[in-house]
Amino acid sequence: MNVDANGNALISLEQVKVSFPVYQGGSRSLKKRVLFHGSAGRIGRDASDQMVVEALQDVSFALKVGERLALIGSNGAGKTTLLRAIAGIYEPTQGLVITRGRVSPMFDISVGIDADLSGFDNIRLRALLLGLSAAEIEQRLPEIVEFTELGDYLEMPLRTYSAGMMLRLSFAVATCFAPEILLMDEWILSGDAHFMSKAETRIRNFVDRASVMVLASHNLDLCRRWCSLGIWLERGNIRAFGPIDSVVQQYQAYVAAVDAR
Amino acid sequence: MLEQRERGSRLDQAATDFASAVRLWPLWMRLGWNDILHRYRRSTLGPFWSTASMAVTVMALSLVYSQILGLPVRKFMPYVCAGLIVWNFISAVMTDAGSLFSGSESYIKQIRLPYTLYVCRFMFGKVMLLIHELPILIVVLLYFSTWPGAVVLCVIPGFALLVVNGLLVSLTIGMISARFRDVPRMIASLLQVLFLITPIIWMPGLLGPRQFVAGYNPFFHLIEIVRAPLLGTPPTQQTIWVSLAITAANALAAVMLFVRFRARIAYWI
Repeated sequence: MNVDANGNALISLEQVKVSFPVYQGGSRSLKKRVLFHGSAGRIGRDASDQMVVEALQDVSFALKVGERLALIGSNGAGKTTLLRAIAGIYEPTQGLVITRGRVSPMFDISVGIDADLSGFDNIRLRALLLGLSAAEIEQRLPEIVEFTELGDYLEMPLRTYSAGMMLRLSFAVATCFAPEILLMDEWILSGDAHFMSKAETRIRNFVDRASVMVLASHNLDLCRRWCSLGIWLERGNIRAFGPIDSVVQQYQAYVAAVDAR
Repeated sequence: MLEQRERGSRLDQAATDFASAVRLWPLWMRLGWNDILHRYRRSTLGPFWSTASMAVTVMALSLVYSQILGLPVRKFMPYVCAGLIVWNFISAVMTDAGSLFSGSESYIKQIRLPYTLYVCRFMFGKVMLLIHELPILIVVLLYFSTWPGAVVLCVIPGFALLVVNGLLVSLTIGMISARFRDVPRMIASLLQVLFLITPIIWMPGLLGPRQFVAGYNPFFHLIEIVRAPLLGTPPTQQTIWVSLAITAANALAAVMLFVRFRARIAYWI
């Protein structure tokens, strides 16, 4: 999967491996570490004996303009880790992650939320976090306000908002500038039906205009509706990659077989 | 945010990190300011709470210790006031730097921002708090009418040097504490001792022939480079050179650590 040959890939992963060292008890303590090494007389030895969780192994794929990818798999399969690797939060232990264009991650509604600030101030803060300049924010503010449909609530501190209202606000900001790459985790499902259909229209709209989306979800119906491609992850490995319907089918067949046992 | 990622050298990546953090100044200024507001929200005095508590400390310490040490209050109080304000800044930086990255977990795990942005945000907040304490010094200087004169301008490069050291040290401490969680506690106990052995509520002249106790203390020079001009004397040659040497050492440690372990921070927290 060569990026230079495949110039219009917005996301490209090559044999990405992400492993987490597990720090527990003593390895979190500098004192214990220093004392241990002092008596053993060797430094840096036990670093290699450390317990490691392999969260992603040998993950390779590329996404082109207009593709919408769903990540499916059981809990702990590595969906969120993969999203974070694409977002550049976890730099892979091995392999290469290449993204082109502005990334808009929506993993947690509450990031950059200051509960005591008003809705308007939080919109500004989130937009700054996503890399917009002050002028861009003011220019897009009316559109964001309209999309949230929160009206006068935007004058109120965010403490008073419900989870669904916060979701509207975050979604409106995260999608106000048509990011080239939109990454979403589960929680997007918590909106009401009206909001969800609006969100879907909006995503379709800018996926049509040169963007890609990656969505991690357990809701297979939603994955089918929103996405064109699917990846089935299991224990950090790609079990299947292809058109969403066939991946969902394979996954369902597997789940049914496991349940039948 | 970084537009495109290719695997450059670690040094390049670290430099890019810092360059993009500087470019994002509106973001870290806003976040730093929010931190201050957040801490003092719904209190009547707001950030001036720290001003009030500092004023009480300065009054109490200088009145008691001027008696103990037999020094005139009009000389001693400005000295203690300037020294305490600078020390408070240094100690706040060193204490709170421990949670610099581990406290920003919700940001670091959700969105890719340059790591040094958190350092800038942190230092911005600390500098703002220091500015809130300056009125006390001005009142004290006015009351005893010991205006420092034009020498006071030396405070600008001196303070700039202190802030640079703060940025470097907080990056170092923040990274080490993200990996080793007992470091902040070690620093807290170290600072208590340092407060007592550094000339803040006593003058180095009182050491008699054992002046070296102050001379070898790096914190003495870092305080003195700001305190001396505030009190109307330029810092000594020795203080300037020692401060520059400390800065170089700090820079070396911070850069080496950051270049080597930058990508691991997200895994540590």
